[in-house]
Amino acid sequence: MLRRITSRAFRRAASNYVPIEDQMFGINEEQIELRYQFRKFFENELPESLLRDIDKNDDFPGLRDFLKTMGNMGLNGPGISEEYGAKDNPIKSAAIIGEELSRKSAAISMSYGAHNALNVRVLDANGSHEQKLKYLPDLISGEKIGALSMTEPTAGSDVMSMKTTAVQPAGKDYYVLNGNKYWITNGPVCDTLICYAKTDPTSNAGDSITAFIVDTDAEGFTANHIPEKMGMRGSPTGDLHFDNVKVPKENILLGEGAGAFVLMRGLNIERLLGAAMPVGIMQAVVDQSFPYAHERKQFGRPIGKFQLMQGKMAEMYSSLSACRAYTYSMLKSADQDPEAMSNHECASLIMFVSDACTKVALEGIQILGGNGYVNDYPVNRYMRDAKLMEIGAGTTEVRKVILGRYFNDYFLD
Amino acid sequence: MVRVAVGVKRVIDYAVKIRVKPDGSGVVKDSVKHSMNPFCEIAVEEAVRLKEKKIAKEIVAFTIGPKQSAETLRTALAMGCDRGVHVNVDQAQLDALTPLQISKMAAKIAETEAADLLLMGKLAIDGDYGQTAAMTAAILDWPQATNLYSLQHNGDSATVEREIDGGLETNEIKTPAVLSVDLRINQPRYATLPNIMKAKKKKVKAVKPADLGVDVAPTLNVIKVAEPPVRAAGEIVEDVDTLISKLKDAGRI
Repeated sequence: MLRRITSRAFRRAASNYVPIEDQMFGINEEQIELRYQFRKFFENELPESLLRDIDKNDDFPGLRDFLKTMGNMGLNGPGISEEYGAKDNPIKSAAIIGEELSRKSAAISMSYGAHNALNVRVLDANGSHEQKLKYLPDLISGEKIGALSMTEPTAGSDVMSMKTTAVQPAGKDYYVLNGNKYWITNGPVCDTLICYAKTDPTSNAGDSITAFIVDTDAEGFTANHIPEKMGMRGSPTGDLHFDNVKVPKENILLGEGAGAFVLMRGLNIERLLGAAMPVGIMQAVVDQSFPYAHERKQFGRPIGKFQLMQGKMAEMYSSLSACRAYTYSMLKSADQDPEAMSNHECASLIMFVSDACTKVALEGIQILGGNGYVNDYPVNRYMRDAKLMEIGAGTTEVRKVILGRYFNDYFLD
Repeated sequence: MVRVAVGVKRVIDYAVKIRVKPDGSGVVKDSVKHSMNPFCEIAVEEAVRLKEKKIAKEIVAFTIGPKQSAETLRTALAMGCDRGVHVNVDQAQLDALTPLQISKMAAKIAETEAADLLLMGKLAIDGDYGQTAAMTAAILDWPQATNLYSLQHNGDSATVEREIDGGLETNEIKTPAVLSVDLRINQPRYATLPNIMKAKKKKVKAVKPADLGVDVAPTLNVIKVAEPPVRAAGEIVEDVDTLISKLKDAGRI
């Protein structure tokens, strides 16, 4: 039997992974084919040696080129109209592809996600026709990189207490931005940045902030790289400084004071697409740890045959399947009727899968024992990457509060 | 410009660990990952390149297989073929078909679709026969060039190269012809997401073997399928005399 000469990693991975019972989760034949085609693409484009270097150096010099490659494959701009350069790319297919990317590299997936879900989609949902024509084509082709900045050193969960100000000097047609944004994915490399700033510093109410499209080559804008992250290394994370940065008033999204509205609108689809990441990471964990448990022998047999290991695999697998089923059924609804998405259900989804992901990743390390503790094997990277999912895009605690308050409102008047 | 027909086959994915069924009647296929035969991918790529060079005006991909083969055909369409022909047989029938029966169907398709060039992979990795291209050419009474390393289409002829022990052998054949491709002729492209979506709208014609005048009744009976015997451990001997006496004892010399 002939074996085609492709990368060794793919050969091993493709024959030695934990099968996904796609058809049981409502994935049709065509989407299954899509999954494996893009798995092959990512396995070939992102060999493990590259990913190890990216993680070690906290640097992916090829990020811009990779986003362009994704653009050429038609993967930027899921769900966006063809008028602005996007291609036919329904949400569920985008999520499956995002999951396969996360299975290889959560860090690259995060930068890709920040570009698409946090910048491109927000521009598409809230931008005027002129704004979209100006910015979207380059972002979708991957020629330009996008980012979104809300969080500040002193404003995380309490995002409305942000201190970055936007002031329109009398008689001028621009706003002047001053402040500091922190933890911004793609911040150090982006060309276009959506920035939330206070146009009414006297209040923390919804209409006190405005969303601006900032060109990062503007004078007064500096971006520094935040080093030494525990995980998601290689995804550039920015410490952004605005020193009297002028932004034309045409670059306001929707209107002054509409910031909170822009922020909330489309948040649900972002959470849904984001949920694909933990599912991908969990798949990576089982794909590494389950075969290992059958290769590693102690006491004369593969450790996978001991009951405690069998139990571990059972719990990890059922957790992954539950997360997969939850995510896919929500994605199906998103394609059928995007307006039907509810805040609390999407918050519940991302909370559940992120929490499950860290736990599964920890167990993955445990299966590998000492080998799970070093970077020779990618499992510890999966756990370091997974942990962020409980923090970024709303901490687990905030998600719980959203759900709790929903029930309070539902049962009380 | 020519019309190219390219045959594709859905096979067990090359990276899968093959397992023999406990009853020895065949290999386990249920719930096993299948994909397009790697040499068929290479053939599709070569056909698409002919179209990009404006030598081919249309590419018709065809497959013989069960309903799951429709996905394999879609992949060919996503890579750039224009339309498809799907000859429907169920998995059991497909497993029993011989290259001769396949070749008869392929030849008929080349005729009905008015192809000027028929491309295939040099072999399929499940049967490993490597006979279909040559047989199809014989049935069509067309020139054939197999195991190609390079292809240059010159209108009513083609210059082809293939790897031989001493190097590369160059041949010139008249067209229309049947050509089969080998590993290094090209690197198949990834189907982009937009092309995968567009492929859904491309036309696929459904055909029965009877429509092609071919009888799919089995002509071969597979008695048993078994794994190759586990290789026995070797033995290191001290000198040539011991080697010779051990070989004599084992009845080898």
